[in-house]
Amino acid sequence: MTALVRGLRAFGAFWWDFIVGDDWRIAAGVVVALGVTVALVHADVAAWWLPVGAALVLLALSLWSARRAAR
Amino acid sequence: MGDLILVLAVFAACAVESVEALTIVLAVGLTRGWRSALQGVAAGLVVLAVVVAALGPALRQVPLDSLRLIVGGLLLVFGLGWLRKAIMRASGLKALHDEDAIYAREQASAAAASATSRPLVADWYSFTLSFKGVVLEGLEVVFIVLTFGTNQGRIGLAVLGAAAAIVLVTLGGVFVRGPLARVPENTLKFGVGVMLTSFGAFWGAEGAGASWPGADAALPVLIAVVLVFALGAVAVLRRERSPAGVA
Repeated sequence: MTALVRGLRAFGAFWWDFIVGDDWRIAAGVVVALGVTVALVHADVAAWWLPVGAALVLLALSLWSARRAAR
Repeated sequence: MGDLILVLAVFAACAVESVEALTIVLAVGLTRGWRSALQGVAAGLVVLAVVVAALGPALRQVPLDSLRLIVGGLLLVFGLGWLRKAIMRASGLKALHDEDAIYAREQASAAAASATSRPLVADWYSFTLSFKGVVLEGLEVVFIVLTFGTNQGRIGLAVLGAAAAIVLVTLGGVFVRGPLARVPENTLKFGVGVMLTSFGAFWGAEGAGASWPGADAALPVLIAVVLVFALGAVAVLRRERSPAGVA
């Protein structure tokens, strides 16, 4: 592996860890939730509750998964 | 109200990150000498200043709705990460962040490392460790200052909140000459996680084009909802982990 590839991998890993963090499913869920919110608003549906609702559900699922892994 | 919450959120986030950076710099500086450690701090601060100078004006060019959608999403991801970790620590699923232990570990590593010099830097180990500590912890602060500041149109206020935290933590470190283990870091992280998640959900929904009932007045309610949910999660996880909660 060349030094350039190693450097790029380390750079990518740093930003992945910085932005996505410990549970990638939270990041993926947030992107999906905001996408659905945009779609619902365009369809004239009041969707202000969706991002916070999704955030709390994602948090609960992530904690549940961490608790199972800790057992 | 919005300005006060903004300053509090930035101050708390910045205080937490500053305490963590201070622990590293103090361990290196007190063990191996201050010159190279402070050069590392200065170089790290220059890098952070360049990031702010480059990203600040660029972010102001993005249309507000798009900015709020992107920033809202990022804050949600960030905030949920902080909150998840804080809930796990508060409920015993994860070890508490211990500045004394981290300081002792860093000091042992610093004492054992050999000294190599580079042009202008007498002790490369001290320089790189301090530099990394400042840049890595500082990047989160820069992100929070920029996102909160540009979204509220109050970058100056956000910078003021961050600067106050840095000055206070630095003075504390100089006074104590050791890690600020008494700072309730885990509680602060819990609070920051609640704030980031709430602001993220608020701006994310606005950026998506949704209108909050009660407009800006919805934000404190949102913070309360997230806080109650997080405290509830801690209570449930604690009960499950306590001997009485095990079936």
